Amino acid sequence: MDMKRDYYEDIELFSSGTVLFWSVAFLVFLFTLPLYIPSYNIYLFNIIMVHVILAVGLNILVGYTGQISLGHAGFFAIGAYGTALLMIHLHLPFLMALIIAGLISAFFGFIIGLPALRLEGPYLAIATLGFGLTIMHIIGHWDIFGGRMGISTPPLDLGLQNSPYSFVIEGDVKIYYLILVITVLMVVCARNLMRTRVGRAFVAIRDDDIAAEVMGVNLTIFKTMSFALSAFYAGVAGGLYGFVVSFFDPFTFNLILSIVFLVMVVVGGLGSILGAVMGATLITYLQFDLLKNVEELPYMGEILVQFSRKWLTVIGLANFGSVALGLIMLGIVIFEPLGMFGIWIRMKKYWKTWPF
Amino acid sequence: MAHFKVENLGISFGGIRAVDNVSFEVKKNSIFSIIGPNGSGKTTIFNMISGIYKPDSGRVVLEGEDMVGLRPDMIARKGIARTFQNIQLFGNATVMDNLMLGRHIHMKTGIIGGAFMWGKWSGTAREEVKNREIVEHIVDFLELQSVRDQFVSSLPYGKRKLVELGRALALEPKVLLLDEPSAGMNTEEKDDLRIWIKDIQEDYQVTILLIEHDMNMVMGISDRILAINQGVEIIEDVPSEVQKHPDVIAAYLGEEE
Ligand SMILES: Nc1ncnc2c1ncn2[C@@H]1O[C@H](COP(=O)(O)OP(=O)(O)O)[C@@H](O)[C@H]1O
Ligand SMILES: [Mg+2]
Repeated sequence: MDMKRDYYEDIELFSSGTVLFWSVAFLVFLFTLPLYIPSYNIYLFNIIMVHVILAVGLNILVGYTGQISLGHAGFFAIGAYGTALLMIHLHLPFLMALIIAGLISAFFGFIIGLPALRLEGPYLAIATLGFGLTIMHIIGHWDIFGGRMGISTPPLDLGLQNSPYSFVIEGDVKIYYLILVITVLMVVCARNLMRTRVGRAFVAIRDDDIAAEVMGVNLTIFKTMSFALSAFYAGVAGGLYGFVVSFFDPFTFNLILSIVFLVMVVVGGLGSILGAVMGATLITYLQFDLLKNVEELPYMGEILVQFSRKWLTVIGLANFGSVALGLIMLGIVIFEPLGMFGIWIRMKKYWKTWPF
Repeated sequence: MAHFKVENLGISFGGIRAVDNVSFEVKKNSIFSIIGPNGSGKTTIFNMISGIYKPDSGRVVLEGEDMVGLRPDMIARKGIARTFQNIQLFGNATVMDNLMLGRHIHMKTGIIGGAFMWGKWSGTAREEVKNREIVEHIVDFLELQSVRDQFVSSLPYGKRKLVELGRALALEPKVLLLDEPSAGMNTEEKDDLRIWIKDIQEDYQVTILLIEHDMNMVMGISDRILAINQGVEIIEDVPSEVQKHPDVIAAYLGEEE
């Protein structure tokens, strides 16, 4: 009973040898991934990682702090436009542009967080929705943002552009490694943060803001901090996204995108970093790849596509992605409110007690 | 100078005077109880002390400093902690995390420090470990060892009351406000609680304000007692005197028979 415990165990990144082993194995897998899969598929993984960063940030706000945002496409847009424009007009190196764009996005997050001090639930949803729409329209109207025509991203230069110190990264595979490093870093940082003082304050606000305040948590600081942090993640994700797709316009960042982001977090599991990672991966796969795979099914594929064209859509396009998305959402909300993270926890329990 | 005092405290809700002109002084490291029938304004007094309600008259003075007008989190930093009548814990967090939130004001880690907690010797990890040790003493003290890593929402009522007490203790308050801590507990739990409250007073050197309906406990452990009815003071004195007051007998002690 009176053993001297090492309390660092409680907050360690890898809570056990098993976790460490699988984490390292997973990282090795990720870093060698381009060796096993065709390079045109790497594009999908790049999108997935961008969404992972965004979903982790959104989960900090929604899942951990209990605030809602229907405007994250707006922060995503600020990151995408900010990074590209800083590189085009100020010729900044990529990483510097990315961080500055992230900080600009964080600043907007802070501003949006201010009304959140008074607004709750549906009212906050409307306010953030308004923000997302506003950003989309402002961008569409100003020529410096490329207007409705959109903009193409410049070469991804990690060094000083047009100088001997230029270091241009080209091709999906190289971009993959860049994004992978940033993603791992940001996921680990989020996880650390959520296990320490700031994360606990967020959770306290989510579960009982009056009790949090009575225990000394400054609601103004921590609520706006959560918005700013979440917006920073969205901004960085947006900045990377621009270089993955290499072209975007204002309509890329529409309301549906904000909703899909929320779906990732809800499906993955509110208040869990791992959940956000899983949710972003699944939803992105469904959106970008499912349709193609369904079409390639022998016999069934053609029938399903016809069925979808005929019955499931208004504009005559097959849309399994959206239908599957809707059904999964329904299923999660009804059967597993903890999302994929909840399923994961149950699986772990099952294997621990197996074969009993 | 009184350690803690309340002067002419009053508040109205929609024209109804919930608390009217209440004053009392509390000696350092003593137990001061507030009794009165339901709806008499006891919890409202706590809410004014902790800054949740802003009184429309009067002062709340801790070590010479007026608390009225400060936000609840600032009042917590001045050293006033509390528990709630209907338990207000962070339900989807573990017991340990709830208690650690009690250390919030004693810790400094911000976004950068928290995010970049690289390894055991980083400043953040050291601060974390130091505070976890402090909290672990409270876990031992309140015998919460067995539920340490459980989610609060899964605990029985009596345990949750204790976690809330532990969370307030973790803040290392100068003044601790306990709002009906024994409500919903069985006799055995109540006996334990009574001993713990005494221990807290002695070991942790805390001044305790207690709202409690269990007259055995109140009369047994209080140094002084304030009895109120409909927001107005009836009597404020030592237990033996309060016990004799006809209104108190009518309200409490009589009906027990
Ligand atoms: N926020 C509020 N709004 C309106 N009335 C309130 C509010 N808080 C307390 N009251 C009223 O103040 C009176 C005292 O309540 P309370 O302090 O909770 O009583 P006690 O804790 O002694 O049972 C009650 O009549 C209650 O209805
Ligand atoms: Mg009460």
